[in-house]
Amino acid sequence: MIPLIEAEMIQKRGWLTREEFINQLTIAQSIPGPIALNTAVFVGYKTRGAKGALAALVGVVIPSFIIILLIATTFTNFKDNATVAAAFKGMRPAVVALIAAPLISMSKGMSWWKIALALGASVVIWLLGVSPIWFIFVGAIVGIMWSFRPEGLNDRKEGEQ
Amino acid sequence: MIYLQLFLSYLKIGFFGFGGGYAMISLIYNEVVVQNGWLTAEELADVTAISQMTPGPIAINCATYVGYTVTGNALGSLLATLAVCLPSLTLMMLATKFYFKLRNNRQFKGAMDGMQPMMIGLILSSALMLFGESTFIDWKSWVIFAGCFIASVKRVNPILLIVLSAVAGIILY
Repeated sequence: MIPLIEAEMIQKRGWLTREEFINQLTIAQSIPGPIALNTAVFVGYKTRGAKGALAALVGVVIPSFIIILLIATTFTNFKDNATVAAAFKGMRPAVVALIAAPLISMSKGMSWWKIALALGASVVIWLLGVSPIWFIFVGAIVGIMWSFRPEGLNDRKEGEQ
Repeated sequence: MIYLQLFLSYLKIGFFGFGGGYAMISLIYNEVVVQNGWLTAEELADVTAISQMTPGPIAINCATYVGYTVTGNALGSLLATLAVCLPSLTLMMLATKFYFKLRNNRQFKGAMDGMQPMMIGLILSSALMLFGESTFIDWKSWVIFAGCFIASVKRVNPILLIVLSAVAGIILY
């Protein structure tokens, strides 16, 4: 979706410069919520304030909303169809693979204790049904506490990045 | 009151939805499957597959879908979708306003750095939770999984992989 946004916002409409586009991607990624949504809110807000943000949000949500609502209302009718059922049997393991695959590149170059932390968190969320929200909290709080360290303590952690 | 519960659940998903769609599945699973029992793991995998093939963010698609299946009408869809969007709208407007202050703030940066390994944990848990007896029914499932995993690491288009795996499913089952 990002190349699409880039083409529309920078080349076609001229609502953003390239630098602004990069900046907004960084913010969109650090704020919770879908990136496409966050990007829309940024552009809308920058060009026309809160009303613009709302308009952009509605615009980006409506196509998904209509398509999925159509699928949801009709899905029960053909869910039991043998061909559809077989197709979904094929797609379910594929979905798991698509979610897991980016982990390979994401974990490259990470220190072993960060990977151990990630593994531990995933197992607790998976097996014990603990809400992932707790882990987000703990990660943020530990990160904030670490940021208060005295200047001289910029040890091995900095070299990792 | 199912509508209020739906709204609050998706508000929570939107508010803590850091790290993109795949990390959000972990959150969605916890709310929708574990805590409220609105969907089974298998159904959530199906919604994710549908989301992959249709345009739009997974979180929105899932909210629209679950909103409809839980309440049986479009109002449920609308409420859940609205709830998942609200945090984005408000937080992103604030962030746009204060971006330059935020960017140089050590505590903000620290929070982001601290959350990063957790995001990897969340994505892994999303994969683990959708993996189970209902989604991996026999050895053929494992073959599809392995094929898609390798192809995806090699950056084959995900939509193509979902379509191919659907075709494989029709042929194999």
